[in-house]
Amino acid sequence: MNTYSQLAAVYAQLSLMAFGGANALIPEMQRQVVDVHHWMSAREFAALYALAQAAPGPNMMVVSLIGLRVGGFWGALITTGAVAAPSSVLTYLVSGVWDRFKNANWRRALQAGLQPVTIGLISASAALLIESTTVDWRAALVIVVAAGLFIFTKMHPLLILSAAAVAGAIGLVG
Amino acid sequence: MEAAKAGENASPSVFDLFVGFFIVGVYGFGGVLPWARRMIVEQRKWLTPVEFTDMLGLCSFLPGGNIMNVTIALGARFRGIPGAAACFLGLMTAPVAIVIALGVVYDRYAYHPSVRRAFVALSAAAAAFVLATAWKIASPLRGKPLAIGVAACTFVAIAVLRLPLVAAMPVLTIGSTLLLWRFRK
Repeated sequence: MNTYSQLAAVYAQLSLMAFGGANALIPEMQRQVVDVHHWMSAREFAALYALAQAAPGPNMMVVSLIGLRVGGFWGALITTGAVAAPSSVLTYLVSGVWDRFKNANWRRALQAGLQPVTIGLISASAALLIESTTVDWRAALVIVVAAGLFIFTKMHPLLILSAAAVAGAIGLVG
Repeated sequence: MEAAKAGENASPSVFDLFVGFFIVGVYGFGGVLPWARRMIVEQRKWLTPVEFTDMLGLCSFLPGGNIMNVTIALGARFRGIPGAAACFLGLMTAPVAIVIALGVVYDRYAYHPSVRRAFVALSAAAAAFVLATAWKIASPLRGKPLAIGVAACTFVAIAVLRLPLVAAMPVLTIGSTLLLWRFRK
């Protein structure tokens, strides 16, 4: 298989596993991109994730960046299309009949069951990203301070992210 | 009173749908959900607040990006497949173009020392953003030891054992659903 079809296959498969959105997909994406296909290092993966956070749009944007890094412009379009198509077709089909199951027991049971799994997945994403970004004590300090600001203040996330980038650029951290 | 009627009378064209979501995509720094709700419910009144929450519930339950799925469900509801395509392309066009431009710039300057240091710090802060999100969405688990146990098993399976999601996800979801349903209050 060439790189384009590998990218399409990896991301089409990820699409149907993206319960809880893109953040829950980070560990599997990292496993595929770094460990299975060796397209980049874990640190490079974390840097692309950070770059995607600095852009507007859905959290899924990291997918376009990985496509760009691995396969250039067409790689970006292929990964973006592949991660969107299967879940979109499913959503199109299911949204048409959703109301019928509004109060069904199986739907409520499944929603209750999915909730802690989704929370565990997002915690795992955070742990993996922290592991690959804690390169020294100053990076660890950034994580602690930024997490405190994200959780306990109403500061705009973009302000916190850009403050960290500026502190890094002028040599305070990083 | 107007808000209650909103969803019934709304009839956006394919072009309206594209433009509405295009603006959401351009503004949506740090996640598009708040911007999407503002546009759909408060500004254009395409859905009532209750209809929006119901649609978001469905879209979170299905795999895929939550707001990506909202574009499909909302577009399909008003204008079928062309509507779904218009919403989706409206949401994605600007962010994909911007992120590709950023990626090209990053590739060119990645080895400049201050760019490299900026990205070390930005990556750390972005990791903290995910940690904060995990912290916030974990709040419904308080006082539910079984659900906390399921979340902990998921964490260990993925972050420690590094199991493939395609195998772990069905097992964890089915196990969790049966366990929590069996011991529901």
